Amino acid sequence: MRRGYRRREALVGLSFVWIWIAGFLIFTCYPLVRTLMFSFSDVRVTAEGIKTAYIGWENYRKALFLDVEFGDTVAGYFAETLVIVPIIVVFAFIVALLLNVKLPGRGVFRTIYFLPVVITSGPVIKQLMDQGAATLPGIQDMLAAGRLYETMPEFAADLITFLLGSFITILWFSGVQILIFLAGLQKLDPAIYEAASIDGASRWESFWKLTLPSMNAMIVVNIVYTVIMQSVFALNPVIGLIQDAMYDPRHGLGYAAALAWIYFLVMLAIMGILLLAARPRMSNR
Amino acid sequence: MKFRLNPYALDRAKRILWGRTEEGVVYKLLVYFLLVLIGFVYLYPLFYMVTYSFMDTEDLINPLVTYIPSGFYLDNFAQAARVMDFFRTLGENLLVSFAPAIVQTAAAAVIGYGFARFRFPGRTVLFALALATIVIPPQVTMIPQFLMFRDLGLIGSIFSYLIPAALGQGLKSGLFILIFFQFFRSIPKALEEAAQIDGAGPYRIFAVISVPMAVPAFIISFLFSMVWYWNETLLAALYLGGNLSTLPLELQNFAASFQRMFAGDPNAQTGRNLNEAIHMAGTFLNIIPLLVIYFFTQRWFTESIERSGITGE
Repeated sequence: MRRGYRRREALVGLSFVWIWIAGFLIFTCYPLVRTLMFSFSDVRVTAEGIKTAYIGWENYRKALFLDVEFGDTVAGYFAETLVIVPIIVVFAFIVALLLNVKLPGRGVFRTIYFLPVVITSGPVIKQLMDQGAATLPGIQDMLAAGRLYETMPEFAADLITFLLGSFITILWFSGVQILIFLAGLQKLDPAIYEAASIDGASRWESFWKLTLPSMNAMIVVNIVYTVIMQSVFALNPVIGLIQDAMYDPRHGLGYAAALAWIYFLVMLAIMGILLLAARPRMSNR
Repeated sequence: MKFRLNPYALDRAKRILWGRTEEGVVYKLLVYFLLVLIGFVYLYPLFYMVTYSFMDTEDLINPLVTYIPSGFYLDNFAQAARVMDFFRTLGENLLVSFAPAIVQTAAAAVIGYGFARFRFPGRTVLFALALATIVIPPQVTMIPQFLMFRDLGLIGSIFSYLIPAALGQGLKSGLFILIFFQFFRSIPKALEEAAQIDGAGPYRIFAVISVPMAVPAFIISFLFSMVWYWNETLLAALYLGGNLSTLPLELQNFAASFQRMFAGDPNAQTGRNLNEAIHMAGTFLNIIPLLVIYFFTQRWFTESIERSGITGE
């Protein structure tokens, strides 16, 4: 009797989920495997159909050691993402802290900060950057004057130049992360802070000892989300190269497939490094 | 007489101005100042875009005109609209964003409900896989998918968007499945059980009881899905194959289209050159539909995380 019920439940459940299973096999699993096989082959699209010939690691060897442009672009993507993701996450956290203060009209700020998420597409950002809308007035002059490099060590000046140059990336790509942090902050119980305050903790201390440790899950989610968003955004130069390689008759689809897999693995590596870097601080609560 | 500060008064002043658990006046002002400052930087590119889009050629050259154009010069918009074939593109853009969004949301609701409500072998593994698909960039799967659609003759058709969406493999489908999973889990089971005792079958319960209770999840999923499909350019260029266009795609080819349209024009010297004002007008036209949608639905966006309960309880 009970077993029959279990079985019926399982069948009903699968009747809801089967569309996902079918879709996963057809549109995710099979293409993933096929791209992997392509990446080890020379793939030619001919009139009769697709011709593949196994060539081993040749595509990867070409991509990593011979294709200077791809190598440089991936290295640049790796370094830049590794730097910008923590900055975006920290910025989103700071803004979420500010928005968590009970102020009249804070809903308006929320609306403003989230607006870019809705309107951001590759071409829109590109136009704004090309036409100079993405640079704050004054900053350009400051950078051009080179005053920054006179007054600061080179490392700091480099960092500041990078930050100012990519402020639109930092701000415009942090909308969802701000909301995620804010949702986490709003779940915190004010009674804990009151108790801490009575015990003599300053707001600074409560922040480090209470607020931050309870944001662990949110930090992980935001790191993952930010890496994905940065990686799949249309202006990512690596994506442009993959796209170009697809249409380039010299290389063929096999080469493009190898590029796609390298890019995917680099993205996972970035995610792994950032999550590992965030972990030690998290474990010692 | 020496003025001596009462220590209690000092403490009280500090509490009012800076605050202890509740934020004080000075603290709030400081936060307010920062919020306004950040908000300004957020919106600066849009201010720039709006003001430049109204400038005529003289305004662009005139060094005295930096932010406020001398008049509302609408020719930029007329030209940009012509270059992008605005109304036709807008119609197609609405189609290729609304249709996949509806299909994707419906599919995610069914799938999310299945994962949230029923136990079956392999459920945990399958659900983990569904979430893992979020991490897979479309670039890794798009070549075989493209070949598949080409063999089926679906390149250039909306179905190359709809079919994966209907099977829960659209843009970021895993995220939407997660939204519905969390939402259906947070709905108390008692109502469904009551209906079950009254003899309603599982599909009837889903349609009549669970779906109406999940309206917020439907709205949130639809809006995000719509916006992401709207702004998608890589897959749109590949799958829709120039047959269906979107505003972002037209903006991507803006300069080339403009040259094609006006290169042979004898007036090319007299202000018909592609300048930044026309670029900005094109960009503005591009995001106006989204701004309108955002204006009416902003709370669904900004409260999406809390309302969908995606962060878990």
